[in-house]
Amino acid sequence: MQKKMLEVIDLHTNYGSIEALKGINLEVYEDEIVTLIGSNGAGKSTTLSSITGIVPSASGQILFEGTDITKMKASDITKLGIGVSPEGREVFGGLSVQENLKIGAYTRKDKKEIAESFEMVYDLFPRLAERKKQSAGTLSGGEQQMLAIGRALMSKPKLLLLDEPSMGLAPNLVDLIFELIVRINKAGTTILLIEQNANMALQIADRGYVLETGKVTLSDDAKVLQANDDVRKAYLGSAE
Amino acid sequence: MILEQVLNGVMLGMVYALIAVGYSLVFGILKLLNMAHGSIYAFGAHMALFIVSMHFGLLPAFLFAILTTGIISVLMDRIILAPLRAKNAPNITALISVMGVSYIIQNMMMIIFDSTKKTFPKLFDFGNVTFLGVTLTSTQIAMFLIALAFLVLLTVVVNYTKVGLAMRASRENAKAANMMGIDVRRIVTFTFFISGMCAAVAGVLVSGYYQMVYSTMGTEAGLKGFSAAVLGGIGVLHGSVVGGIIIGVAEALAVTYLGGSFRSATAYIVLFIVLLIRPSGLFGKDNIVKV
Repeated sequence: MQKKMLEVIDLHTNYGSIEALKGINLEVYEDEIVTLIGSNGAGKSTTLSSITGIVPSASGQILFEGTDITKMKASDITKLGIGVSPEGREVFGGLSVQENLKIGAYTRKDKKEIAESFEMVYDLFPRLAERKKQSAGTLSGGEQQMLAIGRALMSKPKLLLLDEPSMGLAPNLVDLIFELIVRINKAGTTILLIEQNANMALQIADRGYVLETGKVTLSDDAKVLQANDDVRKAYLGSAE
Repeated sequence: MILEQVLNGVMLGMVYALIAVGYSLVFGILKLLNMAHGSIYAFGAHMALFIVSMHFGLLPAFLFAILTTGIISVLMDRIILAPLRAKNAPNITALISVMGVSYIIQNMMMIIFDSTKKTFPKLFDFGNVTFLGVTLTSTQIAMFLIALAFLVLLTVVVNYTKVGLAMRASRENAKAANMMGIDVRRIVTFTFFISGMCAAVAGVLVSGYYQMVYSTMGTEAGLKGFSAAVLGGIGVLHGSVVGGIIIGVAEALAVTYLGGSFRSATAYIVLFIVLLIRPSGLFGKDNIVKV
């Protein structure tokens, strides 16, 4: 079996008095695409925010390559090799595409390696290369999504967290984004994908976790989940 | 005559611009009006006076003022504002707190330096220079050039350096900046230091110009700098520079043609007119909330 990259053990996270996560357990192995599916408010994004250190967790443990990152600052977690494309893209609208990407590489020092990452991202998203100097706020939704993913890649992450990359995009763009996610994974980046579009997510993922009201209710190979009747009824929109 | 007053206004306006930039920097990143900025400016002037009175000379006085004022500005944030942010306090709480800090700093200066007006040496006094038929003192020109140099330095830092990029990113979206590995807390600290530095430089320059230092000197200068920042569009650096110059020129013209008692009122009349036409300031971005 491959090396364990991320391990979340009995994670609890609260928002004020609301218990958003009630003991999440999940694992991501090297070179996998793992997806986290579930309806709105199930705790998918909270899980991701806890992993990246944006939201403090109440109890439990998060290990990245064996290092305990539960209490670490967000900036240190990025340095260890976790890149994130957040929900709603959150690009820096007033800054140019190039500057957005530069910020993605903020924690890195080696100029030559950063230049290589720029090349890699522009190669992956030619659209961004064309719009280098344009401010990110003027990009279309699909382009902003590409920028958010490209920005995350600029930190040269070992593990890439993607939060709802298909949200608000036209179907043909969704196909394109998912194709690119597979390409990024093939090039050697492990991916944890959060999606409401469970159908698409399970098609490209190796394994999946189903989240309901702050708990993992199912976890299995993506193919098995796709065939599971409950999952099909609840998330894949097919009751036959 | 009119050209002379305009140039006088531009010289002083550059210092207002420097004060305004201090407001803009902090506002840009925290959406907070730093009402202690005027007192921090007066603090800078007093720190310079302290070194000058020990006969250490002007350059050390400048450096000491910049350092200590930067530090007090950072301390204000670390001790009072950062804990409020950590508790998600509403913005008005922070506003009241900085007003309190303003009075505390002012009172401390009264206690330590007493509340009399103290003379400050004239800066860079090498006589007069005639330019386009207008006579300007070397003090004025030096004041203008030093303020300009700091504004240029600041523009370069904000627009062309890594820390500047991090400042702009944090200003746009602090949460996303954090996720990208930017330590936003450190960026805020840096911003307060720079803001304090600008205030100190302006404080020393104005003290050298009027040859006077007193504990409440920050009230008027603070309001002028604030007006300049709002006039140009608060949060926009080049807007603050233009705002400062407009306020400076308006003030100089008012003093000449309307009399000295119109000095301060004029700045506000100009401010009202501009804001009626452009509510978010000359270069201000309209606050469009994106969904």
